[in-house]
Amino acid sequence: MGGLRKLGSVAIEVVWQLGFIARFFWLILVYSGQSFTRLNLTIRELYFSGVLSLLIILVSGLFVGLVLGLQGYEILQRYGSSDSMGTMVALSLLRELGPVVAGLLFASRAGSAVTAEIGLMKVTEQLKAMDMMAVSPIARVVAPRFWGGVISMPLLAAMFSTMGIFGGWLIGVVFIGIDDGAFWSQMQAAVDFRYDVLNGVIKSCAFGVAVSLIAVFQGYDCVPTAEGVSRAITRTVVSSALAILALDFVMTSFMFRGL
Amino acid sequence: MSDPLVRLENVRFAYGERTILRDISLSIPRGKVVAIMGGSGCGKTTLLRLIGGQEKAVGGQVRVDGQDVATLGRDALYAMRRRMGMLFQFGALFTDMTVFDNVAFPLREHTELPAELINDLVLMKLHAVGLRGAARLMPGELSGGMARRVALARTIALDPMLLMYDEPFTGLDPISLGVIGQLIRRLNDALGASSVIVTHDIQESLQIVDYIYFISEGRVVAEGTPDEIRHTTDPFVHQFVHAEVDGPVPFHYPSDDYAAALTGGKA
Repeated sequence: MGGLRKLGSVAIEVVWQLGFIARFFWLILVYSGQSFTRLNLTIRELYFSGVLSLLIILVSGLFVGLVLGLQGYEILQRYGSSDSMGTMVALSLLRELGPVVAGLLFASRAGSAVTAEIGLMKVTEQLKAMDMMAVSPIARVVAPRFWGGVISMPLLAAMFSTMGIFGGWLIGVVFIGIDDGAFWSQMQAAVDFRYDVLNGVIKSCAFGVAVSLIAVFQGYDCVPTAEGVSRAITRTVVSSALAILALDFVMTSFMFRGL
Repeated sequence: MSDPLVRLENVRFAYGERTILRDISLSIPRGKVVAIMGGSGCGKTTLLRLIGGQEKAVGGQVRVDGQDVATLGRDALYAMRRRMGMLFQFGALFTDMTVFDNVAFPLREHTELPAELINDLVLMKLHAVGLRGAARLMPGELSGGMARRVALARTIALDPMLLMYDEPFTGLDPISLGVIGQLIRRLNDALGASSVIVTHDIQESLQIVDYIYFISEGRVVAEGTPDEIRHTTDPFVHQFVHAEVDGPVPFHYPSDDYAAALTGGKA
């Protein structure tokens, strides 16, 4: 009986939380006007979320590409089709690894920072002070950070994939000696813009919305203590990772059905 | 005397099951500095939040300048808050902005004034609190007292009709404490505003305020001018003014029998 009651209370809590996030999301959209009429607010967040994440995204992209190159060659040469390495690297990155790994890195680098910043603003009563000055914290603090994340994410994923393909090329063409022309021409022939590239971009946009929403929500909703902020940051990283992987599965199952 | 700027009538407030304010009636006359005093956790700060419309009373009415705060929509509430200033306990300065930008914040958000005029206004406000020279510093570089003075300059940026201070004296050295106290009085008179100070610093308050309310267990238990308070025989106020450990406010948090607790109920 006790277990059943606990299950019920957890279920209610989850539904309540989801409703709260949905309402919060709606408020962000309603108060987004300033994020675009006063572009400097959003550009500042683009810098913090996007530009400052570049290094980790580019380096990780390069390494993922290098590993894909090595593994891909090892497998493809068994079937005598090592020339298709470019295709394999590009498709894996554009469809899956680019958006997903960039999303995970973005959540841990930029999402956690946004949560920490908003959470600490709450702890130090900056959000309350703003509200008392008749300035909506959602319009002034939350929405620009949300949009900064949403815009950064697909750009970062694109750069991740680009660096990955470069890494694959380095291994395949420069170190192993696959024909340069075959590497690129096979890639060009096999990668479809709408089917592969665009679907990858759509995925990264969805991840951007999910991660940014989770990050700003956790910061805004945190218990205003040191422990509360640290828990909120953990929740941002964990929930973002789960959201990205779950969304990826759902979107992949709709997008790529071997048609 | 005209009607008071703020009037609380039989206000009740609770956080869920926990009742904070039981039945509070008080008023803040125009042009006066009023202190609301009481022990820690007696609901003083909640009172400010009710006046500012950040919380809604469960019962009773909070009226500011004739308007019932609880009935105001968001836009009307924000319009009212533009005429209020609130100083938070530790200043609540925006840590990513300079001192100058902090003070300019309300001006930039709520007015269309040209940059030169905002510059002049900010320097005037900072000069009033003695920190014009600190305009380019970041909040992290300020001492506690300086941070609170900057926050005070930001609070008065839009020349509010009502100034609210949440524990303005907490954690300050005697000099900073005196400075803040004098500033509160001077700025109130210079702006023609009204002020509410929520505090438990009795000595400083007695020097600068016009009227004092004492709150305990969610009720106003005593009130009077500083002179009346100094000479009162009320046991609560006496304990408070003389900082006595035990009295109407007990030293011990309510608990079961001491001897029984020590013997595990076997006594």
